[in-house]
Amino acid sequence: MADNNTNPIAYMRETPLPQLDPPASEAGLGHWVRQNLFSSVLNTVLTLAAFVSLYFIFTSTVPWFVNGVWQSESIRGCREVLEGATGGCFAVLTERWNQLLFGFTYSDDQYWRPTLAFALLFVAIAPVLFVALPRKMLYFTLLYPLLAFYLIWGGSIYATISTGLGFVVGYLVYSRFVASSFALGLIGGVVAAFVTWWLGGFVVDAIAPATPFLEEIPSRKMGGFMLNMILGVVCVSLSLPLGIALALGRQSRLPIIRIICVVFIEFVRGVPLITLLFVANVILGYFLPPDTNFDLILRVIIMITMFSAAYIAEVIRGGLAALPTGQYEAGDSLGLDYAQSMRLIILPQALKISIPGIVNVAVGLFKDTTLVSVISMFDLVGMIRGPILASTEWNGVYWELFMAAAVLFFVVCYGISQYSQWLERKLATDHR
Amino acid sequence: MTEAAKMQVSDEIAISIQGMNKWFGSFHVLRDINLTVNSGERIVVCGPSGSGKSTLIRCINALEEHQKGSIEVDGTVLSSDLKNIDKIRREVGMVFQHFNLFPHLTILENLTLAPIWVRKTPKSEAEETAMHFLEKVKIPEQADKYPGQLSGGQQQRVAIARSLCMRPRIMLFDEPTSALDPEMIKEVLDTMIALAEEGMTMLVVTHEMGFARQVANRVIFMDEGQIVEQNEPEEFFNNPQSPRTKLFLSQILGH
Ligand SMILES: Nc1ncnc2c1ncn2[C@@H]1O[C@H](COP(=O)(O)OP(=O)(O)O)[C@@H](O)[C@H]1O
Ligand SMILES: [Mg+2]
Repeated sequence: MADNNTNPIAYMRETPLPQLDPPASEAGLGHWVRQNLFSSVLNTVLTLAAFVSLYFIFTSTVPWFVNGVWQSESIRGCREVLEGATGGCFAVLTERWNQLLFGFTYSDDQYWRPTLAFALLFVAIAPVLFVALPRKMLYFTLLYPLLAFYLIWGGSIYATISTGLGFVVGYLVYSRFVASSFALGLIGGVVAAFVTWWLGGFVVDAIAPATPFLEEIPSRKMGGFMLNMILGVVCVSLSLPLGIALALGRQSRLPIIRIICVVFIEFVRGVPLITLLFVANVILGYFLPPDTNFDLILRVIIMITMFSAAYIAEVIRGGLAALPTGQYEAGDSLGLDYAQSMRLIILPQALKISIPGIVNVAVGLFKDTTLVSVISMFDLVGMIRGPILASTEWNGVYWELFMAAAVLFFVVCYGISQYSQWLERKLATDHR
Repeated sequence: MTEAAKMQVSDEIAISIQGMNKWFGSFHVLRDINLTVNSGERIVVCGPSGSGKSTLIRCINALEEHQKGSIEVDGTVLSSDLKNIDKIRREVGMVFQHFNLFPHLTILENLTLAPIWVRKTPKSEAEETAMHFLEKVKIPEQADKYPGQLSGGQQQRVAIARSLCMRPRIMLFDEPTSALDPEMIKEVLDTMIALAEEGMTMLVVTHEMGFARQVANRVIFMDEGQIVEQNEPEEFFNNPQSPRTKLFLSQILGH
């Protein structure tokens, strides 16, 4: 070795060897293209075929968008402007956006109410979706359902207040008795809430003012994408807790609870949603006393919630089954009671495993809200198929309308799916 | 093991099992078990696989239900009364073969969960206790990691610390080293020896005969759901009485 090497360990390098650049054929765009697009004869043929198809798709759709007509009174107006050229008649969107979003008969001076409710929705669900946000925001989340309800339906504010009061009283009774027994607390809470609502009914009738603070809007006036959003948000948020309860009930050691849950789940899963919707629309009317005014939206919400809760319960059951029994035993041996070990140990892990399945059900449910169009509710699809396409002005504008509907649904569903992937990465702590 | 440590055994009865029987369906897994453990005693339970060792110690903290006979822990009779079960589980810590740490919580959260929710200890105090026991099992630097990031030996030491955080008076160990790679067994046994030297009442299912010789007051041999033989370690190993014990020892000690 060289004499001037001061390193006492003669065979050790003092400086790392410089890195050599890889040969040009192994790097850069040219390399990527050769590797991925033209690596074999078959691959080359497929690549060329794909390029040709893309070319045809582009050349036929781009003019349709570029020439699109955005200002016109009717489809005939569009045709006149286009003079035979290819082009979309997007004027239907600018003319009828209000119906697409809010429905057929919703008064336009009240649009701000559902819009505000929609904006506040983000504030309300943010602390649920992102744990990093301050926990105090959850108080607003608790308040939000009442607020949104009042904004959208309006009417006497005392009815809303009495509803909220029922929840508060129910919770107080529950927390008073839960220490002695969970069942007692739960039953007491539910009874107290119903008593409050029943009493509240008299009071509201007595003091309801002639001109309410916000004008009352009946459910049959709701429609458009707003109706899909209402059904989607309410049903997803109700069916998640119900699904958890059903999944746990199905595992219960008490045979009665287990049988009720199994029968419910299997029955609902064995019936098409559309049948349940018809039941909600028609048959429920026969069973209810003739003069009951049981809101159609409420009936549909109950049916869709039951339907998706059954599916979510099965997804969560899979998550529960995936947990080793050692997790239950560790909780038991540390002295945690059933509710504690479920809430702190079992459910956090089972729900984490179930996220993809739950999101799948939620996205499916949101899209299935369009099925209400078959029981003549004017949701986004019902609106397009009914009042808009049936009108003389816009008869025949299929592509533009259904594409707009697809875009609206896609934005929401893609957002949900991206959130769930982010959440899964964030919760990955098991390092397996 | 020193005589001093053995002297810590008191007359106080920690666990008393009388005529206990257990069935899994129609399978009679434990037969007429009689066992009394004094406070501060360290008992090693051994026996062939399937002889009911796990079931026996799991009956003590009601992870399994026994059908006949009585189990009394620190004066509390184990019945189907949930209050008694809760009380006993607070007194009795358990360490499992597969650690059973909570993978979604950090080490510190694993240790503070039960003190906070069961004992209603304030969070800061629970964390202090947790760090104290993590130092005892010599891994305080891992407090903020997740169980999946630790080696098996480290996970088992965390599991021991997690039980200790509940300040139990009795510790049950179900084959705590059998899921570990050989080089990690010693660190776990050292932790258990340190615990024994402090006078903890321990019931240990294990085949580590070196551990039994070093710390046990008594070794119990089980076969087919019965306690076949029990004796002080020296007597047990040098002078086994029953032929089944002799056969078992010859297999396990590799003679
Ligand atoms: N949950 C159970 N249901 C039915 N049989 C069981 C159950 N747990 C254990 N056994 C049976 O009981 C016997 C004793 O098991 P165990 O106490 O785990 O033995 P050991 O720990 O000594 O190996 C075995 O034959 C085992 O198959
Ligand atoms: Mg065992």
